[in-house]
Amino acid sequence: MRQRSLIAITAALAAGALTLTACGSRDDDGGSDSGNGGGGTTVVIGVDAPLTGDLSALGLGIKNSADLAAKTANKEKTVDGITFKVEALDDQGQPSVGQQNASSFVANKDVLGVVGPLNSSVGESMQKVFDTAKLVEVSPANTGPSLTQGPDWRNKKVRQYKSYFRTATTDAIQGPFAAQYVYNDAKKKKVFVIDDKKTYGAGLAGTFTEEFKKLGGQVVGTEHINPDTKDFSSVATKVKNSGADVVYYGGEYPQAGPLSKQIKEAGAKIPLVGGDGIKDDTFIKLAGAASNGDLATSVGAPVETLPSAKKFVADYKTEGYKEDYAAYGGYSYDSAWAIIEAVKKVVADNGGKLPDDARAKVTEAMQNVSFDGVTGKVSFDEFGDATNKQLTVYSVEGGTFKAVKSGTYTG
Amino acid sequence: MNELPQQLVNGLLLGSMYGLVAIGYTMVYGIVQLINFAHGEIFMTGAFGALTVYMYILPDGTSMLIALPLMLLGAVIVSVIVAVGAERFAYRPLRGAPRLAPLITAIGLSLALQQAVWAWYPDAKSARPFPQIDGGPFHLGDVTIQTGDIFLLIAAPVSMALLGYFVMRTRTGRGMQATAQDPDTAKLMGVNTDRIIVIAFALGAVFAAVGGVAYGLKYGQIEFKMGFILGLKAFTAAVLGGIGNIYGAMIGGVVLGVAETLATAYIADIPGLDKFGSQSWADVWAFILLILVLLFRPQGLLGERVADRA
Repeated sequence: MRQRSLIAITAALAAGALTLTACGSRDDDGGSDSGNGGGGTTVVIGVDAPLTGDLSALGLGIKNSADLAAKTANKEKTVDGITFKVEALDDQGQPSVGQQNASSFVANKDVLGVVGPLNSSVGESMQKVFDTAKLVEVSPANTGPSLTQGPDWRNKKVRQYKSYFRTATTDAIQGPFAAQYVYNDAKKKKVFVIDDKKTYGAGLAGTFTEEFKKLGGQVVGTEHINPDTKDFSSVATKVKNSGADVVYYGGEYPQAGPLSKQIKEAGAKIPLVGGDGIKDDTFIKLAGAASNGDLATSVGAPVETLPSAKKFVADYKTEGYKEDYAAYGGYSYDSAWAIIEAVKKVVADNGGKLPDDARAKVTEAMQNVSFDGVTGKVSFDEFGDATNKQLTVYSVEGGTFKAVKSGTYTG
Repeated sequence: MNELPQQLVNGLLLGSMYGLVAIGYTMVYGIVQLINFAHGEIFMTGAFGALTVYMYILPDGTSMLIALPLMLLGAVIVSVIVAVGAERFAYRPLRGAPRLAPLITAIGLSLALQQAVWAWYPDAKSARPFPQIDGGPFHLGDVTIQTGDIFLLIAAPVSMALLGYFVMRTRTGRGMQATAQDPDTAKLMGVNTDRIIVIAFALGAVFAAVGGVAYGLKYGQIEFKMGFILGLKAFTAAVLGGIGNIYGAMIGGVVLGVAETLATAYIADIPGLDKFGSQSWADVWAFILLILVLLFRPQGLLGERVADRA
């Protein structure tokens, strides 16, 4: 019997070890070497994004793009005597993991700024941790308005955290922008609104619905899906019977792909419209041929068409990253570059080296950062939001997203 | 237009898939009283086995008519190897150990299998598209059935009937029943219980593999973590139907699937409940149903036929 229990413990340990090994290999992937640009001080730029799981296509794009910014800064010696290094942590798209990661970054004295996260819900869980440590955080992808302007942003905007900035446009603009396009340009009047109940999805669906109704459109049904499942057949049947001529989905591509496919299979040949969360080629892959004609709005002008982005796209290719830079590549590069610019300013003000309270100083400097980035002019308003409020509508044609219309929402 | 027939078919399809996976839980539990939480991952590896056959073994552009049986074979082989390997190396050394030890091993194994596929299967870090059967949907009155669902509609009852025959009529099947009733006595009567247990794991894996292929055909994509939630649902279905009872697993699956679908479709129409009707609430209603069933029938829907558990 004694031996039995010994075997039992060994097996349990072995299983545990197996799991840990799997985690271990993931971490090796996560941290990346940004080259050692000769001596001096090393400043770590943290990256928090989902590097595993179904949102990893976006997350890995964020990581690689931030890494590219650090490498470029090292190569060009943007800040003399400072070597930038990127350290990436995986949040798996989960707020609880994100918060732990935030604490790890705070504990690492070399970290002077963090790029990320991808999900607004994760962002919510990280903000306070960073703010108490006065560690600056620049998100390339968070679009929830309340992150910067407070929960009551519709009536009274209040800056939440002094250390939080973002290069992405908020849903307060993205949702209505989509509504205007759907109503005025695509001429759809009856919408079925679906969301995944997450901070991002529900927020986007909310701002879309508000504007769509204001324009005179009709909401013929609403539904909240369970993001853990792939079976949306009963929702699809409801959509078909609702008589809607368009579906708006607030959420991300892992669910949007199958959802679009199943809605069309149910017999409703109507386009699905979503936000930047579905604007990834994986969406088209998952939805199949049925996705032709589906629409997505995304932040900024299309990266490929901007002259400022040509160098980014070329450099990204040269570095030979395995994964695509995806929807937020340009914004991630700009976010990391904003941190680099802020560090540069702080170092210059302090006679060429980092001051003792570098974190607080970097956070202060971030407010006034202004440079020409990949996605255009990068600077922040009094809430920490990007001043660049461009958005673009993309349509799926023949298996890729084609830019249809760029603009912004002015109310 | 009346949407009820379509929603019932949606629920039946979803439920058949739960049922196929639930059989693995129920068979293993019936014989060794182990809740094999890694079974969802056996289902997942089966789907990846089928994908491997299609993507890397068959020449490009093979017709699905020829490819499908081979994919099914590939799925079954991979699932059975994983399941039998798990039994041999993870569970057998723990036989006779306190119940919690194999349970924790099962959870560890489940995570390890997920991460292994994530790390080593090509491009498995996000969902991979699964080959689809061509041909338009079929219409039966108000009901639309997708081509990919036809496989599930045929495979689920056929494999169920085969399993019923196997357990009731063959010598090995009767050995399984005997082992389920009393392993020690069965051993005394000359039943090779170790072999029976391996067969139970293997049979469960075959059903999981069929379910994995059906999942790929139905949803057009498979991913490394697809087994987790589906495994939980299938386990729920097994409990609902009466864990240990193979027919109960199928019935439990169908009841669970239909309950989830109808909850999504109709709860919102009940006055005062419009906030609780969306799909995100469907699981809540499904589990309320489970609690109600277990309150009045703690042994599950078909739980009393103890002699059948195998």
